[in-house]
Amino acid sequence: MLSITNLHAEVEEKQILKGINLTVNPGEVHAIMGPNGSGKSSLASVLAGKENYRVTAGEVSFHGKDLLDMDPETRAREGLFLAFQYPIEIPGVSNINFLKTALSEIRTYRGLTPLDAKEFLRLSREKQKLVEFDANLVNRSLNEGFSGGEKKRNEIFQLAMLDPSLAILDETDSGLDIDALRIVSQGVNKLRSADNAFIIITHYQRLLEYIVPDFVHVLYNGRIVKSGTKELALELEEKGYDWLKEESREKAVTTI
Amino acid sequence: MIKMTSQQDIPLYEEVVNGFDQLSDKMSGNESSGLRRTRRQAFEKFRESGFPSIKSEDWKYTNINRFLKEEYALGVAAAPASADLVGTATIPDLDCHTIVLVNGVWQKGSGDTALPLGLELLPVDEARQNVNLSGLFERSEGGKDRFFTALNTALFSDGLFIRVKPGALLEKPIHIIHAFTAAHNLMVQPRHVWVIGERAEFNVIESVVSAAGEARIWINTLTEIHLHADAKLSHTLIQSAGAGARIVNHTTVRQKKQSLYNNYTFTLPGADLVRNDLQAKLEEDHTETHLYGLYLAAGQQLIDNHTLVDHQQPFCFSNELYKGVLLEQSTGVFNGKVFVHQDAQKTNAFQQNNNLVIGKKATIDSKPELEIYADDVKCSHGTTVGQFSEDALFYLRARGIGEAAARALLINAFAFDVTEKIKWNAVETHINRLISHHIPVTS
Repeated sequence: MLSITNLHAEVEEKQILKGINLTVNPGEVHAIMGPNGSGKSSLASVLAGKENYRVTAGEVSFHGKDLLDMDPETRAREGLFLAFQYPIEIPGVSNINFLKTALSEIRTYRGLTPLDAKEFLRLSREKQKLVEFDANLVNRSLNEGFSGGEKKRNEIFQLAMLDPSLAILDETDSGLDIDALRIVSQGVNKLRSADNAFIIITHYQRLLEYIVPDFVHVLYNGRIVKSGTKELALELEEKGYDWLKEESREKAVTTI
Repeated sequence: MIKMTSQQDIPLYEEVVNGFDQLSDKMSGNESSGLRRTRRQAFEKFRESGFPSIKSEDWKYTNINRFLKEEYALGVAAAPASADLVGTATIPDLDCHTIVLVNGVWQKGSGDTALPLGLELLPVDEARQNVNLSGLFERSEGGKDRFFTALNTALFSDGLFIRVKPGALLEKPIHIIHAFTAAHNLMVQPRHVWVIGERAEFNVIESVVSAAGEARIWINTLTEIHLHADAKLSHTLIQSAGAGARIVNHTTVRQKKQSLYNNYTFTLPGADLVRNDLQAKLEEDHTETHLYGLYLAAGQQLIDNHTLVDHQQPFCFSNELYKGVLLEQSTGVFNGKVFVHQDAQKTNAFQQNNNLVIGKKATIDSKPELEIYADDVKCSHGTTVGQFSEDALFYLRARGIGEAAARALLINAFAFDVTEKIKWNAVETHINRLISHHIPVTS
């Protein structure tokens, strides 16, 4: 589904990603962990098509197509979804109209007829229930005045509505209390299927107790320095990142 | 007399100065000697002031030289408005009484047969010759200024006179469609006078449309509104005239005790020049005034909103919110003056102007002006000039919304603070539709 090869990217002339390799298949959940500033969120932004990132080398193929060649809206229509670390507040755009517009553009792109008002409403109710999203928030302006937890739950509600094949969750757990974390995780677990995949970017192992990953990768200094199964996350929780930093430094020294 | 020589170069100035005697003889009819005197004085004032240049403070950012090079004929050319043109102003699904004026002349009988009790309409052509109404034209507050208002006073002939009887509660709005059309370059000068009696409630929606064509039309409108004690008026103005229109629109509202005036002014792309002067004169205590404005400028368009809230008496409340979106090479001007007289203690006056500059060559001049001579007042003002939030744009696009649609959503969201204030859904929908016609695909 997604294949990243030797991806290099920079922002404001600073090299952030220095050769990422990652393959994600349908049905898989990948966790990407790593210390602050290792490039986790940058990877998410590059994949979603944020314009201030410049790809300097490497390739990304998504469903066999060149992802890097697409503008952000095309990536979304092709089935990529980024749950933002900091969802944007947009006063004056109602949550529900925003979703209606997004869903209708995605469906049109895929050659599907737009949902009529009734079908849309039914879908919206069903998904609200699924991710336990407050009906009052649905009709408010997009994220305006939402608490941190409400914003994150709105991201998961949007995820449920747009039904992407690949969802990237960028530190969705940050700023969530334990109840919100449980609700968000349950939502994601309900949305998991054999046809879709998730990349979960997180700083802490905590989230992975709820959403159990198939693979765990550690990103450090713009590279994936270690990959493993969910046990790796537990090891990181116990030992921190320092041992990996040293390991990677040694590796760097030996390659020189 | 340097000023005079520069005015001599303006064909329209020549036309007015040389043609005044003949024109006023032709149209004055049975006007009172008082009104004739008022017109003569206004003419003398105009002859002295001429048209404004950027040297006058009120026109500093609004250069109309390029429009003054053109030649215009004066007067009312009674032309029929095409049904299509009137149709563009129609607001779908709005339950209202519709009145159509073409070049300022009321076209009686087109859908206005069943006017409610308590509402009286007259062509200004009749009202100005009526001895009982003449005083409204002789002592016009709005018409005593220089430049365009003086010109209107000197030469207006027609328009719409509205009187709402005291205590009449007219819930259903009247929709006044001002259609303008010209076969050759023409200047028309409608004069409207509305008198809203004590305790009356009235809702007006005005639409200004013009046929886009070769001929230019200069529309110099003066509206004077008398809002008596405890009266309430909701006044919406939708300006969507076409290319070739030059609009100078002066409105004076005189508010008496405990009256409420709500104004919503929407200016859309089309007319090359729109200059609005909206003046609320709070002549008695405990009045309330809300001025909401939204201007969307495109092409080479120049849209200028000058507002004045004149707090003359104590315990009055005024609130103003104007928002502007400047596309392409357009120019916007906002000048919001709040004047608080020494007697106007316990005044609350608030003003806000926000602008979204989208076109790379678009500009906005925003100038709040507060003059306060009372010491126990609450007044505030603020101005912002910003661009699209790139983060918001990315957020929308990352959900599959195309760039053009995302920009449209953001412009509508910016305008929302103003459009949400409209109390009829049909009017709000109509305005949102007008806005969406002009949303840029790229900046």
